[in-house]
Amino acid sequence: MSVIYYLWLRELRRFARSRSQIAGALGQPILYLVTMGFGLGPVFLRAGQGSYLQFIVPGLIAMTLLFNSVISGMNLLWDRQVGFLKETLVAPVPRAQILIGRILGGASVALFQGVLVAILCLAVGFRIKNLSSISLALLVMALIAFVFSILGIALGSILRDVRGFQGIINFLIMPIFFLSGALFPLEGLPSALATATHVDPLAYGVDALRSTLNGQSYFNARLDVAVLGLLAILLFVGTLYLFEKVEV
Amino acid sequence: MKMIRVSQLTKRFGAFTAVNNISFDVLAGEIFAFIGPNGAGKTTTIQMLSALLQPSSGFVEVDGLDPCVQPNEVRRQFGIVFQDPSLDVDLTAYENMELHGVFYQMPRRLRIERTRCLLNRFELWHRRNDYVKVLSGGMKRRLEIARALLHTPKLLFLDEPTLGLDPQTRHQLWAQVKDLNETEHMTVFLTTHYMDEAERVAGRIAIIDHGGIVALGSAQELREQTGTGSLEDAFLVLTGAAIRDEPLVDSIPFRPIEKARSDMR
Repeated sequence: MSVIYYLWLRELRRFARSRSQIAGALGQPILYLVTMGFGLGPVFLRAGQGSYLQFIVPGLIAMTLLFNSVISGMNLLWDRQVGFLKETLVAPVPRAQILIGRILGGASVALFQGVLVAILCLAVGFRIKNLSSISLALLVMALIAFVFSILGIALGSILRDVRGFQGIINFLIMPIFFLSGALFPLEGLPSALATATHVDPLAYGVDALRSTLNGQSYFNARLDVAVLGLLAILLFVGTLYLFEKVEV
Repeated sequence: MKMIRVSQLTKRFGAFTAVNNISFDVLAGEIFAFIGPNGAGKTTTIQMLSALLQPSSGFVEVDGLDPCVQPNEVRRQFGIVFQDPSLDVDLTAYENMELHGVFYQMPRRLRIERTRCLLNRFELWHRRNDYVKVLSGGMKRRLEIARALLHTPKLLFLDEPTLGLDPQTRHQLWAQVKDLNETEHMTVFLTTHYMDEAERVAGRIAIIDHGGIVALGSAQELREQTGTGSLEDAFLVLTGAAIRDEPLVDSIPFRPIEKARSDMR
């Protein structure tokens, strides 16, 4: 257990010491909040869809969680590059413990950033419909962070350098974000796009957050949580297999 | 008592034979040097001894344990300083030590005591709260050695530990290693390109070339065997003066032994 705890602590320490990472984590959501949230707000309102700010904030929180938890994979590749991965893989420690420590660390950092963005959104006018659902929203956020932290480490276990990860961001993570319904409603989409959103795991995360924070749901909050939970288990098993095969 | 036993050890990467049928023993408490040109098979040998690589054939025993059968038990017996850096540069010197102690399941009190003792020994205690990224190359190397010693291993692997260090730091580092060997009776298995270091520090030296051991003995024995006046001349007589290309094997990543074993099943 102490190996897991110290690896988790390591991720938190590294994050706390990286001002650029903290600033970077907030920069993207602020950009979307200002340009999309306030820019498209009047259009959304005229279309009879209500406040776009209320609509987009769960999506922006999910976006923050997605991008910052997937970074776990980048951190694995960085450890390979600077050599520290050798130290962990040579130690007489089961790989599963190392993996769990890394996942929890990456997910915790992403969750912290998600909470920061949520507070920022509250400051600019976002309102939580039912305050009693905050704890549920935090659980959903943690689940999203957990799922994508595992995915990040799975990718980091397959790839061999940091540059390859940028391609993954462009060709896998960006589509996951754009198809999740974070920026637009999922109702009335063309069938091909609708199908794509249904296989996008983040779509269930955004929907669950929208359900807990706004009281609106496209799928079903229970289904959302079940999909994310099942995905987390399957991803963990697959990632453990990949991580066992990681070479230095 | 023998700390390391190697018999007819061979490692092949596809058609390339990195280590070819080598045999040697290292006695407990001995400083044993492995020297050879680039790509001779030094690092591959260390990787097999340290349970990081599965041999293609042959026999290895470390402190009576088979690295292929009990990799984690073997890993607890040794400390290792890799050829390339392996510290977490975003953590402090102390935190790197702390994490290593946790990896080796050291009790907290012992971990703290040993960390203080070793950082003092390697003159790093005053820099314990500095991030590794701001330490000099020599300090980082000293920290890596201190870290490798934290869990009180019986055996220390040093894979070209003085590469890129200035003469002062090299001198100090070897003095520390020799002192550890004498005071704690720690067995040291080292590789180096610096002949003077091998001669000064090691009791016995094995010269490896093209994956095979071409000579083994004390520095004096090697000089006498080749009729030369220095270990460097003996080395050149035994291995030739031609510059070697780095073989591709150095870019082949080692496979964790657990993976190699699962692949064999």
